[in-house]
Amino acid sequence: MAANKFLSSFSSSVGHLFNSPPRLNYDPVLLFLLVLLAAVGLISGYSASGGDLVQVKRMAVRVGLAFVVMLAIAQLPARLFFRGAPWLFGFGVLLLVAVWAFGDLGKGAKRWLDLGFIRFQPSEIMKLAVPLIVTWFLANRPLPPSFPDVLVVLFLVGVPAGLIMLQPDLGTSLLVVATGLFVLFFAGLAWRYIIGFCALLAAIAPLLWFYVMEDYQKQRVLMLFDPQSDPLGDGYQIIQSVIAIGSGGLYGKGWMEGTQAHLDFLPEGTTDFVLAVFAEEFGLIGMLFLFLLYLATVLRCLALAAKAESVEGRLFGAAVAMMFLIYVFVNGGMVLGLLPVVGVPLPLMSYGGTALVTLMMALGMLMAIQSQKRFLGHEQ
Amino acid sequence: MGRHQTLLASRHTRAVFNRRVVVAAIVSVIAISGLLWRAAYLQVTQYEHFQTLADKNRIRTQILPPERGRIFDRNGHILADNVPSYQVEIIREDVRDLEATLSLLAEVLALDDTALADIRQRLRQNRSFDPVLIKSGLSDREIAELARYRPWLPGVEVASRLTRVYPQKHLLSHVVGYVGRINADEWKRVDRDNYRRTDYIGKTGVERYYEARLHGQAGYRRVEVDAFGRVLRVLEEQPPVPGEDLVLSIDLGLQELAYAALGEFNGAVVAMDPRDGAVRALVSKPSFDPNLFVDGISHADYQALLNDPNRPLFNRAITATYPPGSTIKMLMGLAGLDLGLIEPEKRFFAGPYYTLPNHSHRYRDWRRGGHGWVDLDKAIAQSVDVYFYDLAFRMGIDQIHAYFTDFGLGERTGIDLPSEARGLVPSRDWKRNVRGEPWYPGETVIAGIGQGYMLATAVQLAQMTTTLANRGERYRPWVVADHARSEPPFEIKNLEHWRPVLDGMLHVVHSSYGTARHVGEGAPYQMAGKTGTAQVFSVAQDEQYDAEQLERRLHDHALFVGYAPYDAPKISVAVIVENGGSGSGTAAPMARKVMDAALGYYGYEQADIEVRGGRE
Repeated sequence: MAANKFLSSFSSSVGHLFNSPPRLNYDPVLLFLLVLLAAVGLISGYSASGGDLVQVKRMAVRVGLAFVVMLAIAQLPARLFFRGAPWLFGFGVLLLVAVWAFGDLGKGAKRWLDLGFIRFQPSEIMKLAVPLIVTWFLANRPLPPSFPDVLVVLFLVGVPAGLIMLQPDLGTSLLVVATGLFVLFFAGLAWRYIIGFCALLAAIAPLLWFYVMEDYQKQRVLMLFDPQSDPLGDGYQIIQSVIAIGSGGLYGKGWMEGTQAHLDFLPEGTTDFVLAVFAEEFGLIGMLFLFLLYLATVLRCLALAAKAESVEGRLFGAAVAMMFLIYVFVNGGMVLGLLPVVGVPLPLMSYGGTALVTLMMALGMLMAIQSQKRFLGHEQ
Repeated sequence: MGRHQTLLASRHTRAVFNRRVVVAAIVSVIAISGLLWRAAYLQVTQYEHFQTLADKNRIRTQILPPERGRIFDRNGHILADNVPSYQVEIIREDVRDLEATLSLLAEVLALDDTALADIRQRLRQNRSFDPVLIKSGLSDREIAELARYRPWLPGVEVASRLTRVYPQKHLLSHVVGYVGRINADEWKRVDRDNYRRTDYIGKTGVERYYEARLHGQAGYRRVEVDAFGRVLRVLEEQPPVPGEDLVLSIDLGLQELAYAALGEFNGAVVAMDPRDGAVRALVSKPSFDPNLFVDGISHADYQALLNDPNRPLFNRAITATYPPGSTIKMLMGLAGLDLGLIEPEKRFFAGPYYTLPNHSHRYRDWRRGGHGWVDLDKAIAQSVDVYFYDLAFRMGIDQIHAYFTDFGLGERTGIDLPSEARGLVPSRDWKRNVRGEPWYPGETVIAGIGQGYMLATAVQLAQMTTTLANRGERYRPWVVADHARSEPPFEIKNLEHWRPVLDGMLHVVHSSYGTARHVGEGAPYQMAGKTGTAQVFSVAQDEQYDAEQLERRLHDHALFVGYAPYDAPKISVAVIVENGGSGSGTAAPMARKVMDAALGYYGYEQADIEVRGGRE
């Protein structure tokens, strides 16, 4: 029966590809929200770079490429992702081991793998591979997941997370763990497990602090509570970021008028801290607009996931929505001085490549999943 | 597993999933709301706080120090000037690694540990974003070296500043004074905003007395800077108001001549214009080079000045007090006439000594054989001690105190220079309060010839002479014109009484019997004066091992006061020569030179008058 189902779905997919006139598959609402975010990103990126048109063009090209990748992936059959999940996961783990063995050093951490023609961070692959493999695994198991299944999932999440933490890259590691666990959450993991897990986390947090976290990571956490203890060193970024935001006020200083950004008081104003530039220039009104846009995007993603017919599609789609939320929340929390400084970019606002491409690939998959619904609908 | 069961399970799973999606949506809304709540807190509640911080970040107030006023003599010769020099400064907030910067600077500029400790001290006390001085008076080589290391020295600037220079060196140190770096005590006194970027403050002399006018008013400039401290634009500028240039009453040529006139002696010369109290020369010798103090005197130099037995830092013209000796005898005469105790023509037999009634102690005259019959004129001209012993006894200390005080003795003249001494005109009250003893009649006797407790400064004697020349009209001595002021005049009942006293002073110089008759020889004008000799008791207490010096230190101080021309006074002079021996032999010829010069008879060439030995 399963084979029969697979065959018919395959034939309808192929039929879709070859018989009917080629139609671009995408979710217009999500695309509209993303384009709007990208536009805001370019506008504030122009200001953040100090009116550097060359950099803005480069940013536009990257964002455009990310959109192209997203739309391309949206045209693929969703089952492909889940079937390929074990391969991708295995490949990713191999690369992480390779990084651990002979990665390039950058900013005191081994994150990059130089393949001669391309340098990239294998941990990015894991942002997709982990939720995919967890989805793939759970979709074929009775749900809600049993305790042994949960253990398997924890193993699948723990191995890459551990390898990434070795680099060390706590931010990405936590992101990978979170996306994997979100799949588990959407699969209906019993609340008692969730509460138990949270309790466990609280219990081992001190152990993490003393045995796992590096000094610079501890420093970042400490800075959060008392940035003034080192105003010219580690606390500088937080202090200046919060000053930039606060001085923006309700209406902001106006586009290209942010003094904190334009007088170079704000380090990394184009990348991780671009939100501070935006908040300084557009004020609380701008922040309200931007964050409602992000919230709408997350909710749209959740809605798409909820509409998906397949279990895989739903689990993975909802996890992608949460991944997007985590990006926004962690970056926003960092820039607003609520969370420690971790290198998490703000989607479509921060200048920078790989993380955006990964995220857009995930969104492309979400769109592909959403398109699958129609064909399954035919079958019933 | 049947199809139905699967479907049921699938439905159940889906229901669970949908509930979880709702939970996720709620979590999303809460998370985003949390961020917005935080943003609202920062941007609305805390807006003003952060607004201020952002402005503080980008706006710096640079203090623009005013240029210190220069000081000129009455003919426009410069006495205190500002010349540009270069200094290194650092702005702490712009320095990335302070220790590395300091050690590199120490190497380039050859700073020793003491200098580094000073710099650290200044860095600690400094207000944010104000430059801190590292080293001043840079050589061209040091400037070049700094330029070479500039990329490794962020926050380090070479700034052009004005250094105070005294081109006349030692000549006017006791008038102009000097400036130096502001010390902790001075910081407490000054207006800090006005002095924030000021390097110097007047320490002595005119520099100190007129500090407020010389300093000027600091301006400021509000500039927008970037995170690296680079100035992007000027937002607001209030230019500094430069300090006032001061023109002194001092005549540089006369000062130079008066200084030279003292020869190898230590002492003081004060020359005034009796018509308004302007001080034309004010010499205290020996002197020192005030330039040593400007950028901080070295320990060795300072110790050398402090330990010099001649005490060059001591202002002998206004801070030192000396027994005025016979130079006050004409005041005694004037008081005696006013009180009716003497008459000009009335003759008095002056024997070799004077004794108080019922006492055996002999108060000796300076001339061993006495003067015989003398009138007031001769008593002044020959400085007859016995005449004034008798007069003083009859007048009593209370009257002496009253008249002398009216003449300005025992009180500061109020000259516009700091550290003026009061001198002393003794009285019964004074002795009771200070010494705890009653007044003895014998003390009245010696007060009559300016000995005993009586003390005066050179500037007081110059003012006294001016008052005599003006027949009671009194002026406050001044070096800056707007300090000029008339003082309450010295009044006597009968104006006719001025003439015999002043004639006596004339005859000191121009007569066959005056004590300083040789000094008037060949003078193209008439001068009036009075010699004096004061017994040494203060300075001689210093220890001194050189035999010849020791002997000289036991010599009396020589004094001379006088004015000229006699009928229309234009200059009055007081000369005090420490250990000079006699007033007539040492001090009077010096005064003559000063008068010649002041009246223009010898230009500023030194009058060639022999300094003779001998007593009055």
